[in-house]
Amino acid sequence: MTGQVPSDTGGVVKVSGPVVTAAGLPRTRLFDVVRIGTDRILGEVIRIDDDLVVVQAFEDTTGLRVDEPVVATGEPLYAELGPGLLGAILDGTQRPLESLGAESGHYIARGADPPRLDPDRLWDFQAAAAVGNEVTPGDLLGTVTEGRAFEHRVLVPTGWSGTVTAVRPGPATVLDPVVDIDGHPVTMMHRWPLRRARPVAGRLPLTVPLNTGQRVLDLLFPVARGGSAIIPGGFGTGKTVMEQALAKFSSADVVVYVGCGERGNELTEVLEQFPRLTDPRNGASLMERTVMVANTSNMPVAAREASIYTGITVAEYFRDQGYDVAMLADSTSRWGEALREVSSRLEEMPAEDGYPAYLATRLAGFYERAGAVQCLGTPERNGSVTIVGAVSPAGGDFSEPITQHSLRLAGCFWALDTTLSRQRHFPAVNWLRSFSQYDLDGWYDCEVADDWSRLRRWAAATLQDEGSLQEVVSLLGVEAIAAEQRITLRLGQALREDLLQQSSFDPADATCPPDRLLAMLRVLHAADGAMSSALSRGVAVPDIVGASVLTELGQMRRWPAGRVDDSARDLTRRVAEEMELL
Amino acid sequence: MTTQEGTTPFIVGHRTVTRIAGPLIVATGMDGVGYGELVEVDTGDGVVREGQVLELDESLAVVQVFGGTVGVGRRTTSVRTRGRAASTGVGKDYFGRVLDGMGRPRDHGPEPVPEDYRHVNGLPLNPIARAHPDQFLETGVSAIDGLLTLVRGQKLPIFTGAGLPANALAARIAAQTRAPDDATEVVVVFAAMGVTRREAAFFRTEFSADAASSSVLLLNLADDPTIERLLTPRVALTMAEYLAFELELHVLVVMTDMTAYCEALREISAAREEMPGRRGYPGYMYTDLASLYERAGRVRGGSGSLTQLMIVSMPDDDITHPIPDLTGYITEGQIVLSRDLDRTGVAPPIDVLPSLSRLMNAGIGAGKTRADHRGLADQLYSCYARGREVRRLMSIVGESGLPQEDQRYLAFASAFEATYLDQGDTRRTIAETLELGWRLLDPFPAPELTRLTADDLAEHHRAGPSA
Ligand SMILES: Nc1ncnc2c1ncn2[C@@H]1O[C@H](COP(=O)(O)OP(=O)(O)O)[C@@H](O)[C@H]1O
Ligand SMILES: [Mg+2]
Repeated sequence: MTGQVPSDTGGVVKVSGPVVTAAGLPRTRLFDVVRIGTDRILGEVIRIDDDLVVVQAFEDTTGLRVDEPVVATGEPLYAELGPGLLGAILDGTQRPLESLGAESGHYIARGADPPRLDPDRLWDFQAAAAVGNEVTPGDLLGTVTEGRAFEHRVLVPTGWSGTVTAVRPGPATVLDPVVDIDGHPVTMMHRWPLRRARPVAGRLPLTVPLNTGQRVLDLLFPVARGGSAIIPGGFGTGKTVMEQALAKFSSADVVVYVGCGERGNELTEVLEQFPRLTDPRNGASLMERTVMVANTSNMPVAAREASIYTGITVAEYFRDQGYDVAMLADSTSRWGEALREVSSRLEEMPAEDGYPAYLATRLAGFYERAGAVQCLGTPERNGSVTIVGAVSPAGGDFSEPITQHSLRLAGCFWALDTTLSRQRHFPAVNWLRSFSQYDLDGWYDCEVADDWSRLRRWAAATLQDEGSLQEVVSLLGVEAIAAEQRITLRLGQALREDLLQQSSFDPADATCPPDRLLAMLRVLHAADGAMSSALSRGVAVPDIVGASVLTELGQMRRWPAGRVDDSARDLTRRVAEEMELL
Repeated sequence: MTTQEGTTPFIVGHRTVTRIAGPLIVATGMDGVGYGELVEVDTGDGVVREGQVLELDESLAVVQVFGGTVGVGRRTTSVRTRGRAASTGVGKDYFGRVLDGMGRPRDHGPEPVPEDYRHVNGLPLNPIARAHPDQFLETGVSAIDGLLTLVRGQKLPIFTGAGLPANALAARIAAQTRAPDDATEVVVVFAAMGVTRREAAFFRTEFSADAASSSVLLLNLADDPTIERLLTPRVALTMAEYLAFELELHVLVVMTDMTAYCEALREISAAREEMPGRRGYPGYMYTDLASLYERAGRVRGGSGSLTQLMIVSMPDDDITHPIPDLTGYITEGQIVLSRDLDRTGVAPPIDVLPSLSRLMNAGIGAGKTRADHRGLADQLYSCYARGREVRRLMSIVGESGLPQEDQRYLAFASAFEATYLDQGDTRRTIAETLELGWRLLDPFPAPELTRLTADDLAEHHRAGPSA
């Protein structure tokens, strides 16, 4: 596919942590892959300086000696794409962790280079193309079924076009030729350089939300399919719990979860939970729509940097098949820090906080790979990649470079707040500080209910008012505000506690579909009306805000799934009645 | 670290030292040495120190010298390669012993007989080989067992300030922690870094009580060479991994004080003239700390566990300082000590509001502690948070201005501190801790206890006044 460069062999001249300098590799190009030393450690060229080639090593370099051989492969770092990705757990350079375990036991030893996709597994290839068809990149050649229900679409790879000259349906491995184009065999597996975005036919406007199942997000700060969001927050504010909730409940066809420089136990938790959870849309295990890329904080730093690209490339691969993909990265800060660490070993001129000056460009290159697209090829189909990146700002201070650069790139800013998490208000999304730039009211008004955007504006305004009133009250006491403002305070409290709060650990409430959210919102809006009318009839404020029926609003999240509308009608009626009786 | 390993042949050779700066030397003519490997630095006066290669190129090697560079001269010193990375002996023979920061005996006992030798840096545990920590560990401290439950395989730091009794708390936990559902004893590896002689004496006494038993004490004193401090936690964790994952024991590793460790890291970084990060700490400090903390855990198919408890002094009581901050990003929660509680005599002075155990949920509940544990913890937390808020308001409006309901929360907060948090030297079982929690909730009418289920209330709550 690419013009292959013959491989070179040089030698190590310098070692400094993950950065290795080699000499004697004159034909090597930037971002080519090399194998370092007798253990054949995987590395990637990140700088060329006269006859010296600087390499970032994706594995530990302890014990490496000067003069050990360095072999250039003449190729960039590739992802291997094909059936078998779903359900896989990969390290930053796409090595399946199961295979590493089989090779070296509990601990990850060095130099292992297992196949990225299982070369022996048979897939039942159902042909869609026929002999004589003229095909171009992206055209559907056939499908295989992954897991219980997933249709994995095998497409004409980039760079190929011509006439189909043979089709071989039936069991095949990813390396068996399933179709010939102009006499050349095409396999189900193909390779794609990690750092290059995959081509599309065109970009589409972002008009459909990715439902997250998190009320605070879907109502106040929705993200579009093909959009991007960041979750900045200090430690313990709930970034990981939120990323995991999105992995479980968001309305995506495929989820790519990148654990980048974070805890090993959190991945274990996902691995233990997901196979047992079912995808509500088709009853299959959640693991069957998930690809995990795991480079935990104790795994090599440079591979952490690569893991983000492995993740996004896999996400684009499923997008090109016409799927909606959610790419979740926890945490993008660890990726940025990996860049910083390598950059500082190169003694590059640092910009802010020691990060390299190209940090913003790299972040942009990543977030710009999100999008809703018309895919290449026939049949015509659309797909999307939505990126949600957690950000871990030092000291919880959002003025640091990664938060600030990401903020400019992402369409949604879901700011997590240490004060809220200390109060155990979860998800700790600060509703006054967060924002979404996607206008999805049109979709909600049309697909869910035509009063959605009106209710949404009401809720946002009430929360805003409550915030300002709280400030007054904390300074001057509750006596300082007017009667109707005390109603607003009570409503704000109900919105916060009974609507926005949502425990991920409560099986009944961990996710919330839009119709339930709408029902809850309507009850709260009706309560507003009932309280205001009681006030206008002259009822004393303490009686209104202390009415016992208001404590029942907390039960809304427990409504049984089939009885949401009845329960909402019932509660609305009782709120009205009790307010009447005051 | 020990020099006993006889299996690797020495590659002996003399090298010339060209530069000496702080704990680092630069040596030339070091071919044959590997990155990260050990070397011997012979100052020619009979003292042989060990060093580690930090950077390597064709003509020279940067070596950090354990034992310090005092007495190292350009002409008098030679450097020999050892052909392997730093390693330590491991095994049960270390039980009951007091070692220095590199794992050599510091008591006057005989040289321990290791069962094996291991590289101190370890290897990363494959995430799929981990078993999620979900087994309760009883520390006997109510604030922890009841509200911040520690589970086997967790890493949980204690954030403390100068003068607060964190070491006493750590020693107490080390002495009295049990795995109630498991006959396997909890063994302790205690790594003290940069401690004063007074603190060292305290730890020695605490540990000599069960000296014959199963604990290992590594002491790196404040006036030991800073650089050795970088090895101390690695030696401790290497010993602990062997005990946990090969001998299948429950190992509690206590590391104090991580702030001293991080300062050593900063010192080396400065000597190497690296780009300083926040407050002068190196940019790779997150990765370095993670390479220690992530060695906690359990492995699939094994019955042992490695639990870490580390003391982190917050310089100037600042939780956003890089050391507690980066620690909090890696560990599974944090226990925060409070100067205010300490001043009022509460021991241990644990402030439960900013504290958190992220793995608590997995380790409590029916079959582990008790079915009502989660609800009870949430209720105590929320009552105490409200009580503290009332106390803050009271300082503005005065007590008489408080509604009766608020006064109940105020009284609760004080009682909670005086009985639940403050437990002096007593060890409480989890049953005692839960019971104490319920009794503190008795003054509240049941409808106000919204975090508890009707069943739990019916079973445990003794009706207070009506609403
Ligand atoms: N949505 C939520 N529901 C309930 N608890 C939560 C939620 N989000 C966070 N938490 C609590 O906060 C803790 C820390 O969350 P986590 O996502 O691990 O934080 P971070 O990744 O930001 O450091 C969790 O262990 C849990 O106790
Ligand atoms: Mg996290």
